[in-house]
Amino acid sequence: MDLIADHISHRFGALDVLDDVSFTVRAGEIVAIVGPSGCGKSTLLSILGGLLRPSEGAAELRGAPPSGSLNPLTFVFQDFALLPWNTVEENVAFPLLHTSLGAGERRAVIDDALRRTGLSDFRAAYPKQLSGGMRQRVGIARALAVRPAILLMDEPLSALDSQTRELLMEDFVGLLADGTMGAVYVTHNLEEAVRLADRVVVLSRRPGRIREIVTIPMTRAERGTADARGPMAALQGELWSLIRKEAIDAEREVQHA
Amino acid sequence: MLDRSPQETKDRSAEATRPVAFRGAGFTPRGSRSAGWIALALVIAVWQLAGSAGWVNPLFLPAPSAIAMAVYKLASSGALWQHLSWSIMRIGTGWIIGTAAGVIVGFAIGLSTMARGVGITFISALFPIPKIALLPLLILWLGIGEEPKIATIALGVFFSTAISVYSGVDAVPRNLIRMAQSFNVPFHAIVRRVIWPGALPSILAGFRITSSVALLLVVSAEMIGAQYGIGAFVLQAGNLMQTDQLLAGVVILSLFGLLVGKLINLLEVRLLHWR
Repeated sequence: MDLIADHISHRFGALDVLDDVSFTVRAGEIVAIVGPSGCGKSTLLSILGGLLRPSEGAAELRGAPPSGSLNPLTFVFQDFALLPWNTVEENVAFPLLHTSLGAGERRAVIDDALRRTGLSDFRAAYPKQLSGGMRQRVGIARALAVRPAILLMDEPLSALDSQTRELLMEDFVGLLADGTMGAVYVTHNLEEAVRLADRVVVLSRRPGRIREIVTIPMTRAERGTADARGPMAALQGELWSLIRKEAIDAEREVQHA
Repeated sequence: MLDRSPQETKDRSAEATRPVAFRGAGFTPRGSRSAGWIALALVIAVWQLAGSAGWVNPLFLPAPSAIAMAVYKLASSGALWQHLSWSIMRIGTGWIIGTAAGVIVGFAIGLSTMARGVGITFISALFPIPKIALLPLLILWLGIGEEPKIATIALGVFFSTAISVYSGVDAVPRNLIRMAQSFNVPFHAIVRRVIWPGALPSILAGFRITSSVALLLVVSAEMIGAQYGIGAFVLQAGNLMQTDQLLAGVVILSLFGLLVGKLINLLEVRLLHWR
Protein backbone atom coordinates (compact mmCIF):
# COMPACT_ATOMS: atom_id res chain seq x y z
CA MET A 1 0.00 0.00 0.00
CA ASP A 2 1.37 3.42 -0.99
CA LEU A 3 0.73 6.67 0.84
CA ILE A 4 0.63 9.74 -1.35
CA ALA A 5 0.95 13.39 -0.38
CA ASP A 6 -0.80 15.09 -3.28
CA HIS A 7 -0.11 18.84 -3.50
CA ILE A 8 -0.76 19.37 0.19
CA SER A 9 -0.93 22.95 1.45
CA HIS A 10 -2.07 24.01 4.87
CA ARG A 11 -2.59 27.20 6.78
CA PHE A 12 -3.59 27.93 10.37
CA GLY A 13 -5.59 31.16 10.08
CA ALA A 14 -3.31 33.63 8.33
CA LEU A 15 -0.22 31.49 8.90
CA ASP A 16 0.88 29.45 5.89
CA VAL A 17 2.43 26.25 7.20
CA LEU A 18 2.78 23.97 4.18
CA ASP A 19 2.91 24.81 0.51
CA ASP A 20 2.28 22.31 -2.26
CA VAL A 21 3.97 19.25 -0.78
CA SER A 22 3.88 16.11 -2.92
CA PHE A 23 5.64 12.78 -2.54
CA THR A 24 4.83 9.09 -2.36
CA VAL A 25 5.74 6.58 0.31
CA ARG A 26 5.86 3.23 -1.44
CA ALA A 27 4.99 -0.06 0.24
CA GLY A 28 7.67 -1.04 2.75
CA GLU A 29 9.62 2.18 2.20
CA ILE A 30 10.87 4.40 5.02
CA VAL A 31 10.69 8.10 4.26
CA ALA A 32 12.16 10.59 6.70
CA ILE A 33 10.92 14.17 6.77
CA VAL A 34 13.44 16.73 7.98
CA GLY A 35 13.52 20.49 7.98
CA PRO A 36 14.03 23.55 10.17
CA SER A 37 11.96 24.08 13.33
CA GLY A 38 8.37 25.09 12.56
CA CYS A 39 8.50 24.04 8.90
CA GLY A 40 5.34 21.96 9.26
CA LYS A 41 6.79 18.45 9.57
CA SER A 42 4.37 17.34 12.29
CA THR A 43 1.46 19.11 10.58
CA LEU A 44 2.27 17.18 7.41
CA LEU A 45 2.31 13.90 9.35
CA SER A 46 -1.06 14.70 10.94
CA ILE A 47 -2.48 15.35 7.48
CA LEU A 48 -0.99 12.13 6.11
CA GLY A 49 -2.50 10.20 9.03
CA GLY A 50 -5.96 11.75 8.66
CA LEU A 51 -5.88 13.70 11.91
CA LEU A 52 -5.90 17.07 10.16
CA ARG A 53 -7.74 18.17 7.02
CA PRO A 54 -5.40 20.02 4.65
CA SER A 55 -6.38 23.44 3.34
CA GLU A 56 -5.54 22.22 -0.16
CA GLY A 57 -4.49 18.94 -1.69
CA ALA A 58 -5.03 15.53 -0.17
CA ALA A 59 -3.46 12.52 1.48
CA GLU A 60 -4.29 9.40 -0.51
CA LEU A 61 -3.75 5.66 -0.34
CA ARG A 62 -3.05 3.41 -3.31
CA GLY A 63 -3.39 -0.34 -3.20
CA ALA A 64 -4.88 -2.64 -0.62
CA PRO A 65 -3.55 -2.81 2.93
CA PRO A 66 -1.82 -6.05 3.90
CA SER A 67 -4.26 -8.73 4.97
CA GLY A 68 -4.91 -8.68 8.70
CA SER A 69 -3.99 -5.02 9.08
CA LEU A 70 -6.37 -3.47 11.61
CA ASN A 71 -5.14 0.10 11.17
CA PRO A 72 -3.04 0.59 8.03
CA LEU A 73 -1.81 4.07 9.06
CA THR A 74 -0.66 3.98 12.67
CA PHE A 75 0.99 6.74 14.66
CA VAL A 76 3.87 6.50 17.09
CA PHE A 77 3.78 9.72 19.08
CA GLN A 78 6.60 11.91 20.34
CA ASP A 79 5.05 12.09 23.82
CA PHE A 80 4.07 8.39 23.76
CA ALA A 81 0.34 9.20 24.29
CA LEU A 82 -0.16 6.36 26.76
CA LEU A 83 -3.27 6.17 28.90
CA PRO A 84 -1.83 6.71 32.40
CA TRP A 85 -4.73 4.87 34.07
CA ASN A 86 -4.08 1.71 32.06
CA THR A 87 -1.33 -0.85 32.49
CA VAL A 88 1.16 -1.63 29.74
CA GLU A 89 -0.98 -4.56 28.62
CA GLU A 90 -4.17 -2.49 28.67
CA ASN A 91 -2.48 0.26 26.66
CA VAL A 92 -1.43 -2.24 24.02
CA ALA A 93 -4.92 -3.77 24.06
CA PHE A 94 -6.62 -0.38 23.75
CA PRO A 95 -6.75 -0.14 19.94
CA LEU A 96 -7.89 -3.77 19.70
CA LEU A 97 -10.95 -3.42 21.93
CA HIS A 98 -13.20 -2.21 19.13
CA THR A 99 -11.99 -4.52 16.41
CA SER A 100 -13.41 -7.81 15.23
CA LEU A 101 -10.69 -9.83 17.00
CA GLY A 102 -11.89 -12.47 19.43
CA ALA A 103 -10.55 -12.56 22.98
CA GLY A 104 -8.08 -15.39 22.29
CA GLU A 105 -6.77 -13.83 19.11
CA ARG A 106 -6.46 -10.48 20.84
CA ARG A 107 -4.44 -12.03 23.63
CA ALA A 108 -2.10 -13.65 21.12
CA VAL A 109 -1.61 -10.32 19.30
CA ILE A 110 -0.89 -8.50 22.56
CA ASP A 111 1.56 -11.18 23.71
CA ASP A 112 3.35 -11.00 20.38
CA ALA A 113 3.60 -7.19 20.44
CA LEU A 114 4.88 -7.22 24.04
CA ARG A 115 7.42 -9.92 23.19
CA ARG A 116 8.72 -8.06 20.13
CA THR A 117 9.27 -4.92 22.17
CA GLY A 118 10.76 -6.64 25.22
CA LEU A 119 7.83 -5.72 27.45
CA SER A 120 6.55 -9.16 28.43
CA ASP A 121 7.77 -8.74 32.01
CA PHE A 122 6.23 -5.27 32.35
CA ARG A 123 2.67 -5.99 31.26
CA ALA A 124 1.17 -5.12 34.68
CA ALA A 125 3.18 -1.90 35.14
CA TYR A 126 1.64 1.56 34.81
CA PRO A 127 3.26 4.16 32.51
CA LYS A 128 4.39 6.27 35.48
CA GLN A 129 6.47 3.32 36.67
CA LEU A 130 8.40 3.13 33.39
CA SER A 131 11.35 5.07 32.01
CA GLY A 132 10.90 7.21 28.90
CA GLY A 133 12.41 4.54 26.69
CA MET A 134 10.12 1.85 28.05
CA ARG A 135 7.12 4.11 27.61
CA GLN A 136 7.98 4.61 23.97
CA ARG A 137 8.35 0.84 23.65
CA VAL A 138 4.74 0.58 24.87
CA GLY A 139 3.77 3.09 22.17
CA ILE A 140 5.55 0.94 19.59
CA ALA A 141 3.98 -2.28 20.91
CA ARG A 142 0.56 -0.65 20.67
CA ALA A 143 1.29 0.34 17.08
CA LEU A 144 2.57 -3.14 16.17
CA ALA A 145 -0.54 -4.75 17.66
CA VAL A 146 -2.75 -3.34 14.89
CA ARG A 147 -0.38 -4.65 12.19
CA PRO A 148 0.10 -1.35 10.35
CA ALA A 149 1.10 -1.02 6.74
CA ILE A 150 2.80 2.32 7.41
CA LEU A 151 4.00 3.69 10.74
CA LEU A 152 3.68 7.44 11.11
CA MET A 153 6.39 8.37 13.58
CA ASP A 154 6.42 11.91 14.92
CA GLU A 155 9.86 12.51 16.41
CA PRO A 156 9.53 9.29 18.42
CA LEU A 157 12.95 9.60 20.03
CA SER A 158 13.17 13.33 20.68
CA ALA A 159 11.85 13.12 24.26
CA LEU A 160 14.48 10.55 25.21
CA ASP A 161 18.09 10.74 26.36
CA SER A 162 20.83 9.85 23.91
CA GLN A 163 21.53 6.36 25.26
CA THR A 164 17.85 5.39 25.18
CA ARG A 165 17.60 6.92 21.71
CA GLU A 166 20.42 4.70 20.54
CA LEU A 167 18.79 1.59 21.97
CA LEU A 168 15.40 2.38 20.46
CA MET A 169 16.96 3.24 17.11
CA GLU A 170 18.43 -0.27 17.07
CA ASP A 171 14.93 -1.58 17.80
CA PHE A 172 13.42 0.45 14.94
CA VAL A 173 16.05 -0.82 12.54
CA GLY A 174 15.24 -4.38 13.62
CA LEU A 175 11.46 -3.97 13.45
CA LEU A 176 11.51 -2.38 10.00
CA ALA A 177 14.25 -4.61 8.58
CA ASP A 178 12.04 -7.13 6.80
CA GLY A 179 10.34 -4.46 4.68
CA THR A 180 6.79 -5.56 5.50
CA MET A 181 6.08 -2.23 7.16
CA GLY A 182 6.74 1.20 5.72
CA ALA A 183 7.21 4.35 7.76
CA VAL A 184 7.10 8.09 7.59
CA TYR A 185 9.63 9.27 10.13
CA VAL A 186 9.51 12.93 11.14
CA THR A 187 12.68 14.05 12.85
CA HIS A 188 14.98 16.99 13.36
CA ASN A 189 17.85 14.56 13.90
CA LEU A 190 19.69 14.02 10.61
CA GLU A 191 21.65 11.05 11.97
CA GLU A 192 18.38 9.23 12.65
CA ALA A 193 17.10 10.12 9.18
CA VAL A 194 20.21 8.81 7.43
CA ARG A 195 20.36 5.70 9.54
CA LEU A 196 16.75 4.64 9.11
CA ALA A 197 15.29 6.09 5.91
CA ASP A 198 15.41 4.98 2.31
CA ARG A 199 14.64 8.53 1.20
CA VAL A 200 14.75 11.85 3.04
CA VAL A 201 12.28 14.61 2.24
CA VAL A 202 13.92 17.94 3.07
CA LEU A 203 11.44 20.73 3.75
CA SER A 204 12.19 24.43 3.58
CA ARG A 205 11.41 26.81 6.43
CA ARG A 206 7.78 27.87 6.86
CA PRO A 207 5.75 27.58 4.75
CA GLY A 208 7.27 24.14 4.27
CA ARG A 209 7.96 23.29 0.63
CA ILE A 210 9.93 20.31 -0.59
CA ARG A 211 13.50 21.48 -1.08
CA GLU A 212 14.85 18.17 -2.11
CA ILE A 213 14.16 14.47 -1.81
CA VAL A 214 17.42 12.68 -1.10
CA THR A 215 17.75 8.95 -1.75
CA ILE A 216 20.12 7.20 0.64
CA PRO A 217 22.49 5.24 -1.62
CA MET A 218 22.90 2.26 0.71
CA THR A 219 20.67 -0.55 1.81
CA ARG A 220 19.55 -0.47 5.43
CA ALA A 221 21.63 -3.60 6.10
CA GLU A 222 24.76 -1.92 4.69
CA ARG A 223 24.31 1.01 7.04
CA GLY A 224 24.93 -1.18 10.06
CA THR A 225 28.53 -1.95 9.00
CA ALA A 226 31.65 -0.08 10.12
CA ASP A 227 32.48 0.80 6.48
CA ALA A 228 29.27 2.77 6.22
CA ARG A 229 30.15 5.28 8.93
CA GLY A 230 32.11 7.59 6.63
CA PRO A 231 29.55 7.74 3.79
CA MET A 232 26.73 8.16 6.32
CA ALA A 233 28.51 11.08 7.99
CA ALA A 234 29.03 12.62 4.55
CA LEU A 235 25.32 12.23 3.78
CA GLN A 236 24.44 13.80 7.09
CA GLY A 237 26.74 16.73 6.25
CA GLU A 238 25.09 17.06 2.86
CA LEU A 239 21.63 17.17 4.44
CA TRP A 240 22.80 19.68 7.02
CA SER A 241 24.16 21.94 4.29
CA LEU A 242 20.69 21.90 2.73
CA ILE A 243 19.04 22.89 5.99
CA ARG A 244 21.60 24.99 7.85
CA LYS A 245 20.85 28.44 6.48
CA GLU A 246 17.11 27.95 6.73
CA ALA A 247 17.46 26.57 10.26
CA ILE A 248 19.32 29.75 11.29
CA ASP A 249 16.66 31.93 9.64
CA ALA A 250 13.88 29.89 11.28
CA GLU A 251 15.50 30.20 14.69
CA ARG A 252 15.77 33.97 14.34
CA GLU A 253 12.17 34.11 13.20
CA VAL A 254 11.07 32.21 16.30
CA GLN A 255 13.11 34.49 18.54
CA HIS A 256 11.54 37.58 16.97
CA ALA A 257 8.02 36.19 17.16
CA MET B 1 42.13 2.04 23.64
CA LEU B 2 40.51 3.74 26.62
CA ASP B 3 42.73 4.88 29.47
CA ARG B 4 40.99 3.08 32.35
CA SER B 5 41.53 3.16 36.10
CA PRO B 6 39.61 2.09 39.19
CA GLN B 7 38.07 4.69 41.52
CA GLU B 8 40.34 7.60 42.37
CA THR B 9 41.02 8.11 46.12
CA LYS B 10 41.56 11.36 48.01
CA ASP B 11 45.06 12.73 47.85
CA ARG B 12 46.07 12.90 51.53
CA SER B 13 49.40 14.54 51.01
CA ALA B 14 47.94 17.92 49.95
CA GLU B 15 46.85 20.75 52.28
CA ALA B 16 43.92 20.37 54.73
CA THR B 17 40.46 19.94 53.22
CA ARG B 18 37.11 21.31 54.38
CA PRO B 19 33.62 20.01 53.59
CA VAL B 20 31.45 21.81 51.07
CA ALA B 21 28.79 23.69 53.06
CA PHE B 22 25.26 22.20 52.66
CA ARG B 23 22.93 24.82 51.22
CA GLY B 24 19.97 22.75 50.17
CA ALA B 25 17.92 22.80 53.39
CA GLY B 26 14.29 23.94 53.66
CA PHE B 27 11.47 24.54 51.13
CA THR B 28 10.35 20.91 51.40
CA PRO B 29 7.51 20.99 53.96
CA ARG B 30 6.23 17.55 54.95
CA GLY B 31 2.80 16.84 56.36
CA SER B 32 2.73 15.37 59.86
CA ARG B 33 -0.43 13.64 61.01
CA SER B 34 0.60 13.36 64.64
CA ALA B 35 1.47 17.07 64.85
CA GLY B 36 -2.04 17.97 63.73
CA TRP B 37 -3.70 15.68 66.27
CA ILE B 38 -1.41 16.89 69.07
CA ALA B 39 -2.21 20.53 68.24
CA LEU B 40 -5.95 19.76 68.20
CA ALA B 41 -5.70 17.92 71.54
CA LEU B 42 -3.80 20.87 73.01
CA VAL B 43 -6.45 23.37 71.90
CA ILE B 44 -9.21 21.19 73.36
CA ALA B 45 -7.25 20.79 76.61
CA VAL B 46 -6.74 24.56 76.98
CA TRP B 47 -10.40 25.13 76.10
CA GLN B 48 -11.46 22.57 78.72
CA LEU B 49 -9.14 24.14 81.30
CA ALA B 50 -10.58 27.59 80.57
CA GLY B 51 -14.11 26.22 81.05
CA SER B 52 -13.35 24.24 84.22
CA ALA B 53 -11.46 27.11 85.80
CA GLY B 54 -14.31 29.47 85.09
CA TRP B 55 -12.19 31.77 82.85
CA VAL B 56 -14.97 31.89 80.26
CA ASN B 57 -18.72 32.08 80.70
CA PRO B 58 -20.15 28.65 79.71
CA LEU B 59 -23.13 30.42 78.17
CA PHE B 60 -20.86 31.93 75.55
CA LEU B 61 -18.41 29.08 75.21
CA PRO B 62 -19.31 25.77 76.88
CA ALA B 63 -16.42 23.44 77.77
CA PRO B 64 -15.68 20.49 75.43
CA SER B 65 -16.89 18.09 78.14
CA ALA B 66 -20.27 19.85 78.21
CA ILE B 67 -20.50 19.64 74.44
CA ALA B 68 -19.56 15.95 74.53
CA MET B 69 -22.26 15.39 77.16
CA ALA B 70 -24.79 17.20 74.97
CA VAL B 71 -23.84 14.98 72.02
CA TYR B 72 -24.18 11.88 74.20
CA LYS B 73 -27.62 12.96 75.46
CA LEU B 74 -28.73 13.72 71.92
CA ALA B 75 -27.55 10.33 70.76
CA SER B 76 -29.05 8.39 73.65
CA SER B 77 -32.41 10.15 73.38
CA GLY B 78 -32.65 9.31 69.67
CA ALA B 79 -32.95 12.98 68.73
CA LEU B 80 -29.54 12.97 67.07
CA TRP B 81 -30.55 10.28 64.58
CA GLN B 82 -33.90 11.95 64.00
CA HIS B 83 -32.27 15.25 63.03
CA LEU B 84 -29.36 13.66 61.23
CA SER B 85 -31.52 11.34 59.15
CA TRP B 86 -33.57 14.25 57.82
CA SER B 87 -30.41 16.16 56.93
CA ILE B 88 -28.85 13.11 55.27
CA MET B 89 -31.99 12.48 53.26
CA ARG B 90 -32.05 16.08 52.02
CA ILE B 91 -28.32 16.22 51.29
CA GLY B 92 -28.29 12.78 49.65
CA THR B 93 -31.27 13.42 47.39
CA GLY B 94 -30.21 16.96 46.47
CA TRP B 95 -26.61 15.95 45.89
CA ILE B 96 -27.50 13.00 43.67
CA ILE B 97 -29.92 15.04 41.56
CA GLY B 98 -27.51 18.00 41.28
CA THR B 99 -24.54 15.75 40.54
CA ALA B 100 -26.34 13.70 37.88
CA ALA B 101 -27.54 16.85 36.11
CA GLY B 102 -24.13 18.53 36.52
CA VAL B 103 -22.24 15.56 35.08
CA ILE B 104 -24.58 15.35 32.07
CA VAL B 105 -24.47 19.10 31.38
CA GLY B 106 -20.72 19.28 32.09
CA PHE B 107 -19.98 16.50 29.60
CA ALA B 108 -22.27 18.10 27.03
CA ILE B 109 -20.42 21.42 27.42
CA GLY B 110 -17.07 19.67 27.28
CA LEU B 111 -17.90 17.72 24.14
CA SER B 112 -20.36 19.75 22.08
CA THR B 113 -19.77 23.13 20.50
CA MET B 114 -23.45 24.05 20.64
CA ALA B 115 -23.87 22.96 24.27
CA ARG B 116 -20.72 24.89 25.18
CA GLY B 117 -21.97 28.08 23.56
CA VAL B 118 -25.29 27.96 25.36
CA GLY B 119 -24.27 26.24 28.58
CA ILE B 120 -21.30 28.39 29.58
CA THR B 121 -23.38 31.56 29.15
CA PHE B 122 -26.11 30.24 31.43
CA ILE B 123 -23.72 28.84 33.98
CA SER B 124 -21.68 32.06 34.09
CA ALA B 125 -24.86 34.07 34.64
CA LEU B 126 -26.45 31.82 37.25
CA PHE B 127 -23.48 30.37 39.14
CA PRO B 128 -22.74 33.50 41.22
CA ILE B 129 -26.31 33.67 42.63
CA PRO B 130 -26.35 32.48 46.27
CA LYS B 131 -28.67 29.51 45.88
CA ILE B 132 -30.19 29.96 49.33
CA ALA B 133 -31.64 33.25 48.04
CA LEU B 134 -33.76 31.19 45.67
CA LEU B 135 -35.35 29.16 48.47
CA PRO B 136 -38.37 31.48 48.91
CA LEU B 137 -39.00 31.33 45.17
CA LEU B 138 -38.60 27.57 45.19
CA ILE B 139 -41.08 27.35 48.09
CA LEU B 140 -43.50 29.38 45.98
CA TRP B 141 -43.01 27.04 43.02
CA LEU B 142 -42.77 23.70 44.81
CA GLY B 143 -44.78 24.29 47.98
CA ILE B 144 -43.79 23.95 51.63
CA GLY B 145 -42.16 20.60 52.10
CA GLU B 146 -38.96 18.80 51.26
CA GLU B 147 -38.92 19.68 47.56
CA PRO B 148 -37.70 23.30 47.83
CA LYS B 149 -34.91 22.35 50.28
CA ILE B 150 -33.77 19.48 48.07
CA ALA B 151 -34.02 21.70 44.98
CA THR B 152 -31.85 24.37 46.66
CA ILE B 153 -29.17 21.79 47.41
CA ALA B 154 -29.45 20.30 43.92
CA LEU B 155 -29.04 23.74 42.34
CA GLY B 156 -25.97 24.53 44.44
CA VAL B 157 -24.42 21.16 43.62
CA PHE B 158 -25.36 21.31 39.93
CA PHE B 159 -23.40 24.43 39.02
CA SER B 160 -20.17 23.43 40.79
CA THR B 161 -20.40 19.91 39.35
CA ALA B 162 -21.04 21.12 35.81
CA ILE B 163 -18.06 23.48 36.03
CA SER B 164 -15.71 20.85 37.44
CA VAL B 165 -16.84 18.29 34.85
CA TYR B 166 -16.37 20.48 31.80
CA SER B 167 -13.08 21.81 33.20
CA GLY B 168 -12.03 18.18 33.66
CA VAL B 169 -13.06 17.28 30.11
CA ASP B 170 -11.14 20.30 28.81
CA ALA B 171 -8.09 19.21 30.81
CA VAL B 172 -7.91 15.75 29.25
CA PRO B 173 -4.70 15.84 27.18
CA ARG B 174 -5.68 16.30 23.54
CA ASN B 175 -2.88 13.99 22.47
CA LEU B 176 -4.71 11.08 24.14
CA ILE B 177 -7.88 11.86 22.22
CA ARG B 178 -5.90 12.18 18.96
CA MET B 179 -4.21 8.87 19.75
CA ALA B 180 -7.58 7.17 20.19
CA GLN B 181 -8.88 8.75 16.97
CA SER B 182 -5.78 7.58 15.12
CA PHE B 183 -6.77 4.01 16.01
CA ASN B 184 -10.35 4.60 14.80
CA VAL B 185 -11.73 4.13 18.32
CA PRO B 186 -15.44 5.10 18.20
CA PHE B 187 -16.69 8.30 19.87
CA HIS B 188 -18.52 6.57 22.74
CA ALA B 189 -15.43 4.50 23.55
CA ILE B 190 -13.22 7.60 23.55
CA VAL B 191 -15.63 9.22 26.01
CA ARG B 192 -15.71 6.12 28.22
CA ARG B 193 -12.09 5.04 28.08
CA VAL B 194 -10.21 8.32 27.60
CA ILE B 195 -12.28 11.35 28.56
CA TRP B 196 -14.09 9.95 31.61
CA PRO B 197 -10.95 8.63 33.38
CA GLY B 198 -9.00 11.71 32.28
CA ALA B 199 -11.62 14.05 33.72
CA LEU B 200 -12.09 12.01 36.90
CA PRO B 201 -9.50 13.85 39.03
CA SER B 202 -11.31 17.13 38.37
CA ILE B 203 -14.72 15.52 38.88
CA LEU B 204 -13.70 14.09 42.26
CA ALA B 205 -12.21 17.43 43.27
CA GLY B 206 -15.61 18.86 42.33
CA PHE B 207 -17.32 16.28 44.57
CA ARG B 208 -15.24 17.54 47.47
CA ILE B 209 -16.51 21.07 46.86
CA THR B 210 -20.12 20.05 46.21
CA SER B 211 -20.29 17.99 49.40
CA SER B 212 -19.37 21.13 51.34
CA VAL B 213 -21.84 23.20 49.33
CA ALA B 214 -24.57 20.65 50.07
CA LEU B 215 -23.79 20.73 53.78
CA LEU B 216 -23.86 24.51 53.82
CA LEU B 217 -27.14 24.67 51.94
CA VAL B 218 -28.90 21.99 53.96
CA VAL B 219 -28.11 23.83 57.20
CA SER B 220 -29.24 27.15 55.70
CA ALA B 221 -32.41 25.65 54.24
CA GLU B 222 -33.25 23.85 57.49
CA MET B 223 -32.76 27.09 59.41
CA ILE B 224 -35.29 28.81 57.17
CA GLY B 225 -38.04 26.24 57.21
CA ALA B 226 -37.75 22.85 58.86
CA GLN B 227 -38.80 21.13 62.05
CA TYR B 228 -36.13 18.44 61.91
CA GLY B 229 -32.57 18.48 60.64
CA ILE B 230 -29.25 19.54 62.10
CA GLY B 231 -29.74 23.11 60.84
CA ALA B 232 -33.14 23.34 62.53
CA PHE B 233 -31.69 21.86 65.71
CA VAL B 234 -28.80 24.36 65.78
CA LEU B 235 -31.17 27.28 65.21
CA GLN B 236 -33.56 26.05 67.91
CA ALA B 237 -30.68 25.61 70.40
CA GLY B 238 -29.44 29.12 69.60
CA ASN B 239 -32.88 30.61 70.14
CA LEU B 240 -33.07 28.91 73.55
CA MET B 241 -29.49 29.97 74.45
CA GLN B 242 -28.54 26.28 74.80
CA THR B 243 -25.02 26.83 73.54
CA ASP B 244 -23.83 23.35 74.51
CA GLN B 245 -26.57 21.91 72.27
CA LEU B 246 -25.78 24.46 69.58
CA LEU B 247 -22.11 23.50 69.58
CA ALA B 248 -23.05 19.82 69.73
CA GLY B 249 -24.88 20.41 66.43
CA VAL B 250 -21.81 22.17 65.04
CA VAL B 251 -19.58 19.25 66.11
CA ILE B 252 -21.93 16.79 64.43
CA LEU B 253 -21.83 18.87 61.23
CA SER B 254 -18.05 18.95 61.41
CA LEU B 255 -17.87 15.17 61.91
CA PHE B 256 -20.30 14.65 59.06
CA GLY B 257 -18.15 16.84 56.80
CA LEU B 258 -15.04 14.93 57.84
CA LEU B 259 -16.73 11.61 57.12
CA VAL B 260 -17.77 12.71 53.65
CA GLY B 261 -14.22 13.98 53.04
CA LYS B 262 -12.87 10.58 54.07
CA LEU B 263 -15.28 8.85 51.70
CA ILE B 264 -14.06 11.03 48.84
CA ASN B 265 -10.46 10.27 49.85
CA LEU B 266 -11.26 6.57 49.63
CA LEU B 267 -12.84 7.07 46.21
CA GLU B 268 -9.74 8.93 45.04
CA VAL B 269 -7.42 6.22 46.32
CA ARG B 270 -9.49 3.58 44.59
CA LEU B 271 -10.18 5.36 41.30
CA LEU B 272 -7.03 7.45 40.89
CA HIS B 273 -4.44 4.90 42.00
CA TRP B 274 -2.65 5.37 38.69
CA ARG B 275 -1.57 8.94 39.55
